[in-house]
Amino acid sequence: MTLPDSARVEPEQAEPTTVDELAPLYRQMLAIRRMEEAAAKAYSQGKIGGFLHLIIGQEAVCVGSIATLKPEDYVVATYREHGHAYAKGIAARPIMAELYGKKTGLVKGLGGSMHLFDKATNFLGGHGIVGGHVPLAAGAAFASKYRGDGRVTVCYFGDGAATIGGFAEGLALAALWKLPIVLICENNQYSMGTPLYRSLAVEDVSLRALAHGMARDRFDGDDVIRVKRRIAEAVERARTTGEPSLVEIVTYRFRGHSMSDPGLYRTKDEVEEWRRRDPLNRARERLIEVGITAAALDALEADVKAEIEDAVRFAEESPAADAYLPYVTKGAQ
Amino acid sequence: MAVISYREALNQAMREEMERDQDVFVMGEEVGHYNGAYKVTQGLLQRFSERRVVDTPIAEMGFAGIGVGAAMVGLRPIVEFMTWNFSLVAIDQIVNSAAKMFQMSGGQFNIPIVFRGPSGPAVQVGSQHSQALESWYAHVPGLAVALPSTAYDAKGLLKTAIRDDNPVVFMEGETLYGTTGEVPEAEYLIPFGQGDIKRAGADITLVAWSRMVHVCLDAAKVLADDGIDCEVVDPRTLRPLDVPIIVDSVRKTGRCVIAEVGWPSAGFGAEIAYQVQRHCLDALDAPVERVCSDDVPMPYAKNLEDEVQPQVADVVAAVRRALYLDA
Amino acid sequence: MAQIIGLPKLSPTMEEGVLVKWVKKVGDKVSPGDLVAEVETDKANMDFTIEDEGTVLHLFVKEGETVKLGAPVAILGKPGEDIAALIAQGAAPAAAPAAAPPTPAKPAPVAASPAAAAKPAPVAAAAKPAPVVAAAPGPGPAPGGRLLASPLAKTLAVELGIDLRTVTGSGPGGRIVERDVRAAASDGPRAVATTAIVAAPAVASTAAASADTALATVGEQAGDWIDVPASNMRKRIAARLTEAKRDVPHFYLMRRFDPAPLLAFRTRLNALLGDRGKVSVNDLIVKSAALALRRVPACNAAWVGDAIRRYQRVHVGIAVAIEDGLVTPVVRDADLKGLGVVAAEVADLAKRARERALKGHEITGSTFTVSNLGMFNIERFTAIINPPEAAILAVGGISDEPVVKDGAVVPGKRMTLTLSCDHRVIDGALGAKLLAVIVEQLEAPEALAL
Repeated sequence: MTLPDSARVEPEQAEPTTVDELAPLYRQMLAIRRMEEAAAKAYSQGKIGGFLHLIIGQEAVCVGSIATLKPEDYVVATYREHGHAYAKGIAARPIMAELYGKKTGLVKGLGGSMHLFDKATNFLGGHGIVGGHVPLAAGAAFASKYRGDGRVTVCYFGDGAATIGGFAEGLALAALWKLPIVLICENNQYSMGTPLYRSLAVEDVSLRALAHGMARDRFDGDDVIRVKRRIAEAVERARTTGEPSLVEIVTYRFRGHSMSDPGLYRTKDEVEEWRRRDPLNRARERLIEVGITAAALDALEADVKAEIEDAVRFAEESPAADAYLPYVTKGAQ
Repeated sequence: MAVISYREALNQAMREEMERDQDVFVMGEEVGHYNGAYKVTQGLLQRFSERRVVDTPIAEMGFAGIGVGAAMVGLRPIVEFMTWNFSLVAIDQIVNSAAKMFQMSGGQFNIPIVFRGPSGPAVQVGSQHSQALESWYAHVPGLAVALPSTAYDAKGLLKTAIRDDNPVVFMEGETLYGTTGEVPEAEYLIPFGQGDIKRAGADITLVAWSRMVHVCLDAAKVLADDGIDCEVVDPRTLRPLDVPIIVDSVRKTGRCVIAEVGWPSAGFGAEIAYQVQRHCLDALDAPVERVCSDDVPMPYAKNLEDEVQPQVADVVAAVRRALYLDA
Repeated sequence: MAQIIGLPKLSPTMEEGVLVKWVKKVGDKVSPGDLVAEVETDKANMDFTIEDEGTVLHLFVKEGETVKLGAPVAILGKPGEDIAALIAQGAAPAAAPAAAPPTPAKPAPVAASPAAAAKPAPVAAAAKPAPVVAAAPGPGPAPGGRLLASPLAKTLAVELGIDLRTVTGSGPGGRIVERDVRAAASDGPRAVATTAIVAAPAVASTAAASADTALATVGEQAGDWIDVPASNMRKRIAARLTEAKRDVPHFYLMRRFDPAPLLAFRTRLNALLGDRGKVSVNDLIVKSAALALRRVPACNAAWVGDAIRRYQRVHVGIAVAIEDGLVTPVVRDADLKGLGVVAAEVADLAKRARERALKGHEITGSTFTVSNLGMFNIERFTAIINPPEAAILAVGGISDEPVVKDGAVVPGKRMTLTLSCDHRVIDGALGAKLLAVIVEQLEAPEALAL
């Protein structure tokens, strides 16, 4: 059974925070949770096709880390990226419409769940080949260094990517060339159905940083404020010194790898244990502790509900995708 | 007009484009301090510094991916593979990242990148360093595939490739670097999808690209002694392909031989043969012939290497078959 | 035991058909007499009915495909039978046709490709495959009845007015290639042609004297014409009429007669019929021809090579113009049917001909044909015989003209009938007798009611 570090059975001391800081983060996490649940429902009704990878249980990772970025900073994510796209500032409507394969989708129905891209918010995808996007993210950071534009790139990948060449090469080159990048291993304990202990000789992915003399960090991802504080350090390092970091955030997905995965490789007890540490419940309790009013909390939750219902309605009513992009080579300009 | 080598023509193209546009940079193994494994990037480091001439460690997937990421946010990388044989460890980045990004992002992100390096069989370097992979890349929508056969074409096509806003697979003939040809002083570009008649003739059309153009020109000389007048058509880019120039030629001559250095099965010549029969059926006097390498990995021994690769004699034999001369 | 079902002969002249629609699909049970598909032949859409019992296990042919007579179209058997061997046999180009077609179409020879070799040659000895060449036969079609010629040779033959059947092919398997056509055109030495296709032939050949038959003249630019692809029906019409005009020794007999009594008779008939239909002049001519054939039975016949076949029944075909061609539906036993019935049948057949809804049996088996161009103000014309019939009657229009009656010139009406006869069956006197009887009955039309 894969459980959190035994040293941390009792939750650590909660990070100090305020309603002003935590409420917007809680709102984002809740919106992502509701959006993912709505997507799951639409998928079960046959309105969304293909692969659908949900982030339910891991919301604190993308929300807490992206909260440290400026709008001009780049985010590169995997195919489990609806939450990252939302946290980067993309509205629920175009995300949901993209899942539905509609013309109003974020990428006009040409990408789908796994390929969300948005130039306006500097969200660089949505990549479907495990680990293949790590060098690509290093390339965005390379461009920042080349231009001296002061931007930081954050790249997310799963524990399953820790074994593939793309990760190894991206890491090596980012370290060699001192690229302004934060590589975040979103360790949700399983590469599809294979637990960590069966895929890695050393389960601590962050240790890979040592071979390259790179800064590293590792912590649990159930407290959105903790994620924000610790990632802020790495982002600051990238922005001021141009040095990369490798950060591993231990988390858990409550659902299967994708909609077609019943998750039979995990015990009920294990899932229950992690659900007890649901980052959303934790943030909600903490909000009450730091003094949010019941009325404000109710209003926030009602607002989220309305937003996601509107996004679903928008997706449902939007016209179907109508054109793909022809292959164009313009040749000499 | 200056006569320069194919290698120097490529060097000039990069140098001029790097002068012209600060976003253009070169990246690859041994491109800087070593001056290029094949000396194509000679002198660029001295001129443009380490910032724009980037020596990489041996990590094709890593630096090809970095090129794609940098291109995604507006730089214009030239990624050199020491040979195209090594592109196979980076093919995921070329096919799954570079070629697909424009479509996958709903047209938001184009990838103005050039992947370049020597391709095709060299001499006695064995199976893993002697192969022609243009048919693989020409299969992929989102890529352009260019294969210059002369110094003039090399310069004009590479400048076009660097200015193109989409990914280009630029395959240089490994055995052509030392060949020389006339290259004008004034700037010029060769558009993609525009083939070239390398030799005009009336009796038969030979279609070839890269080194096989030269093999066909040699075969044409041999055949001319028998009074057979060959036309040699070089499409120069396989994707986009100049179908009209081939079709017009075959409609004129009534016969066609396609010569490529790749393997026969699913080689690009098969696509050209399809286009020819599709558009020239009533003009054909004989089946379209293909000349390819034998269907085996390249052997090391010189005599076997020559046996496997299409030679002048093979092209001559195919022409004679298409003209029913040995019937 | 599963079996391959071949495409049956659905019309006497059919050599191939287009499978328009499958009525049965894989898994359906069929028994004799069941309709399994609709097939467009050279004549019309025909019903393809099965004569066997079983379950459809496999279809070789997709809707819209052209199939040679006798070629495999389906496999019939018991559900679950292993039919892999039959599928392979049916798909093979040399599959034995299930029904023996009159002229078996042989598949073009398939050259062995190097890839088909069972064992790859060792690398060291990897010889480039040599071209497969068969000995070139003399002039004329290759064995199997197919003329082998390259597309360019065919194009050039049309341009230079060369009959390919007179050319000896020098290519593989006797294929006629460009140089052979040029040699035939110039009778010059066979050299590699260095002339472009569009160039004028160097020597004006004797064959090129028929230049008016050439489709394209030198100097015309592409774009000065368009080629309209010929439909199956058009191709059949072209082949059959060429054959008829070339092989049947036609001669022509003409008679002018006074149609006034016929017109008056028709008026009385139509008054009797009221709203139950209308009888046309053509119906009366059809009836007259049918009765005349009964009275002159030697003309109700066909040349069958070593005999004259006399038909015991009279079936009259009516030529009907339809879009892009014509069909000839048949009024069976026209001599035995009343005028009202003949009129109704002709009207129905003509309507369904234009809708392309005629069944196979309705367009086959005529023993004589009537063709009428009167409605186009044609005074008279000569029609081409519809083999194997021995004669065809061409009907012109009715004109008002001065006629001599009782020694005086008075206004009158005239109509011309032209009988085309196959001289192998009908001599002049016999043909004249038939035409005389037809006219006699039309001038005293009450005879048609007998």
